[in-house]
Amino acid sequence: MNRLPRWLLVALAAGPVAGLLIFYAWPFVILVVEAVTEESIRDTLGRSSTWEVVWFTAWQAVVSTVVTIAVGLTPAYVLARYEFRGRTVLVGLLTAMFVLPTVVMGAAFLALLPESLDRTVVAVIAAHVVFNLAVVVRVVGSLWEHLPTDMEAAAATLGASRWKVATQISLPLVRPAVTAAATIVFLFTFTSYGVIRILAAPGTRTIEVEVWRRATQLGDVGGAAVLALLQLAALVAIVSWSTIAQRRHAQAIGLLPTSARRRPRTAGERRFVTLVAAVVSAVAAAPLVALVVRSFSTPTGWSTTAWTDLGRAEIRPGIRIGIDPVDAIGNSLTNAAWATLFAVVVGALASLAIAAAGRAGRALDGGLMLPLATSAVTIGFGMLITFDTAPVDWRASWWLVPVGHALIAVPFVVRTCVGVLRSVDPTMSDAAATLGASPVRAWRATVVPYLWRPLAVGAVLAASISLGEFGATSFLSRSGGETMPIAIEQLLGRTGSLLQAQGFALATLLAATTVILVVLVERLQTPLTRQPER
Amino acid sequence: MSLRATPRHGDSSLRSIAALAMVVGLVAAACGSDDAASTTSAPIADSVTLVTYDSFPEADTSLNDALADFTAETGIDVEILVAGDTGTMLSKASLTAGNPEGDVMWGIDNSLLSRAIDDEIFEPYVATPIADGSVDIDPEFLELVPNDEATPVDYGDVCVNYDIGWFAERDLEPPSSFADLADPAYAGMLVVQNPATSSPGLAFVLATIHEYGLEGWQDYWSQLGANGVEVVEGWTQAYYERFTWAGGGPTPMVVSYGSSPPAEVIFADPPRDDAATGVVEDTCFRQIEFAGVLRGTDAPDAARLLVDFLVSERFQQELALNLFVYPTNEAVALPQEFVDFAVVPDVSRSLDPTLIDTERSTWIDQWTELVLG
Repeated sequence: MNRLPRWLLVALAAGPVAGLLIFYAWPFVILVVEAVTEESIRDTLGRSSTWEVVWFTAWQAVVSTVVTIAVGLTPAYVLARYEFRGRTVLVGLLTAMFVLPTVVMGAAFLALLPESLDRTVVAVIAAHVVFNLAVVVRVVGSLWEHLPTDMEAAAATLGASRWKVATQISLPLVRPAVTAAATIVFLFTFTSYGVIRILAAPGTRTIEVEVWRRATQLGDVGGAAVLALLQLAALVAIVSWSTIAQRRHAQAIGLLPTSARRRPRTAGERRFVTLVAAVVSAVAAAPLVALVVRSFSTPTGWSTTAWTDLGRAEIRPGIRIGIDPVDAIGNSLTNAAWATLFAVVVGALASLAIAAAGRAGRALDGGLMLPLATSAVTIGFGMLITFDTAPVDWRASWWLVPVGHALIAVPFVVRTCVGVLRSVDPTMSDAAATLGASPVRAWRATVVPYLWRPLAVGAVLAASISLGEFGATSFLSRSGGETMPIAIEQLLGRTGSLLQAQGFALATLLAATTVILVVLVERLQTPLTRQPER
Repeated sequence: MSLRATPRHGDSSLRSIAALAMVVGLVAAACGSDDAASTTSAPIADSVTLVTYDSFPEADTSLNDALADFTAETGIDVEILVAGDTGTMLSKASLTAGNPEGDVMWGIDNSLLSRAIDDEIFEPYVATPIADGSVDIDPEFLELVPNDEATPVDYGDVCVNYDIGWFAERDLEPPSSFADLADPAYAGMLVVQNPATSSPGLAFVLATIHEYGLEGWQDYWSQLGANGVEVVEGWTQAYYERFTWAGGGPTPMVVSYGSSPPAEVIFADPPRDDAATGVVEDTCFRQIEFAGVLRGTDAPDAARLLVDFLVSERFQQELALNLFVYPTNEAVALPQEFVDFAVVPDVSRSLDPTLIDTERSTWIDQWTELVLG
């Protein structure tokens, strides 16, 4: 494979590296230096509860990831390979799961689960699976839909059973994407916060929850920072392994420029697609239906007041609650737009660099995942004490929140893109080179066009993450604007049936916004994917 | 264990002088419109930032109208900076002590006051109208700030709430004391929050420590445990998922606020004029909230003026219906719903803030061991 010139790689990687250093590494290091003392290390490592928390964090994350992947592959395959009515809405519903604030999903989940499972680890794992299904479907799906179908068809013609085709041909081909998805799901469940606080038995904690508790409730920022480092160390070990594994298994396949989706042909296929679509719809729709129902229910019966009064200045004569849903939607969308812009630009540059570079690329890949592996409290607090003096007196800047969101969203953009870019058949650029193209020109003609489709998927994920983000937002001080998840938390944190119903009404709106966003982008990207054909 | 405030950010006085010099000109220009400029003879900033917790409304409520009146009166704009829940807000203030995010902080409560004082987040100041006696407040509140560390601005209670209808249907008298809660007649009827992660949960544990003493509270919790007390992580889960009244759950009693019953009336859907929930008065633990001038502020004079305004009748009269707390200014009358449905216990429980601060971790660990272990 012809290598890109060094200057281009440096130019591509410069922005992502600078962003990572300034907005992640620097604040985190400052916080650790400031807060960690020998005493806090000794106290934290010497406490037996620390190790119980680490153990619980690790095993629930492993189980959640394995189950999520096992459950998610079939819907990922069906949604990537088959065209059917309502497909984009279904993808939108799944993404909404991923976006809804955990306080809301938790409530919906509790309403649906049998009482005996409430506040057990089973509930936690089930919630993790449902939440992260979208990650598997999108990350694996974005590769799957571009995989040529001829090998599978050939195997089937030669008499291989459907199961054999799936396990011996299809799965190995998407393995890099599966590893990528698994890594993200693992990071998400390892650092799980909201789900644990709402659905786990009281006192059950992940490291992330314990970091939050120490830093904010006990004022032990030093102990929190030590735990955050511990969490980071554990995750770095795992992510490095995954990054290496992903690279090792990356195979050059002649990817299809357009998606290989088609309508199911045989009766068996139709049954299979219908069944999978029905089950996934049920799983995705049930919590949303529960939300809608709760937006209409009051302790004394049904009422539409929550909706009719939503955004009314005077909720009761003389009383305004100061939560304007229209403003909140506006704030959320503005934040999401900026966060997506930041994440897409940084993520695209980084993906191209990572796919083209060797070891340095792997380092960048791993580095960009670090913010996901680092407790949101510590990044928020780090920013607070780092960006506090001129010329970096940024802590009151409006853009700090979207930057925080982008830090979390970039790895998703990278994960969706890199898998596809790495699978681009190098013989194409060799051919271009033979025809006289310079390495840069060959790269522009053969690799870059494959970026757009996964980038669009990454953009939707980034926007969704920003729309639903609660943790990091709540640790960055802000003025002049509540986002939707924060407004929802506010409403559900106060007494009064009307306020509670309004919280659920707002959550319904957030879900609807997400579904609309996903469907719009799915529609929009069709022209984009045509590009390579020109 | 707590992170000590160290003045690593250097002396900010130079910066403040520069800022002050800059704003003098601005104020002169900005305040020309009404009579505000004439009332402020000293050079003063034209804007202050009020750092507060997340349930404080940022805009569009009568509380914000009151702040607008302050601006009209003084020419000083008030910007609201939301710093998270109270614990998060305090941790941030401790980290940035001396170079604060804003000028005035609202909402540090008595269980966190001691930490705030130790970490020197405030510049010692009690609102002038309280100091000169023009505003009357309960002297008990001032005893918590013997060296003028901060200004008591509001108070409220954390109490066991009960579902009136549920008890009436069963012809059961609601409990009236802590002892009752451990009585088998009320087995499995109470849901509380985890004190490790919830502020009302902690207040309730503190109330039991007040009742049974440093030696006896663990026994009491063993009894509560045996009587089937349910524990959840936070207020929202307890109130909206487990409480019979609000969540359709199985539990007719929940740890919530003394002001929850009037809130249930005011925000009832459909509207109602009788109380759906009541309060077990004997279980109430007092939470007092403080405001103060943040040490290192660039605008100390404007900040003090704002603190003075925060205890004025104009501002204090808006507290009840916006934050569901009681005003410390004794001249302020409560709204009718509060008079009718809220309980302000005659004798409220409280513990020494210093004791709370030193023992909090130990108590939480012991409680966890005992109740969840």
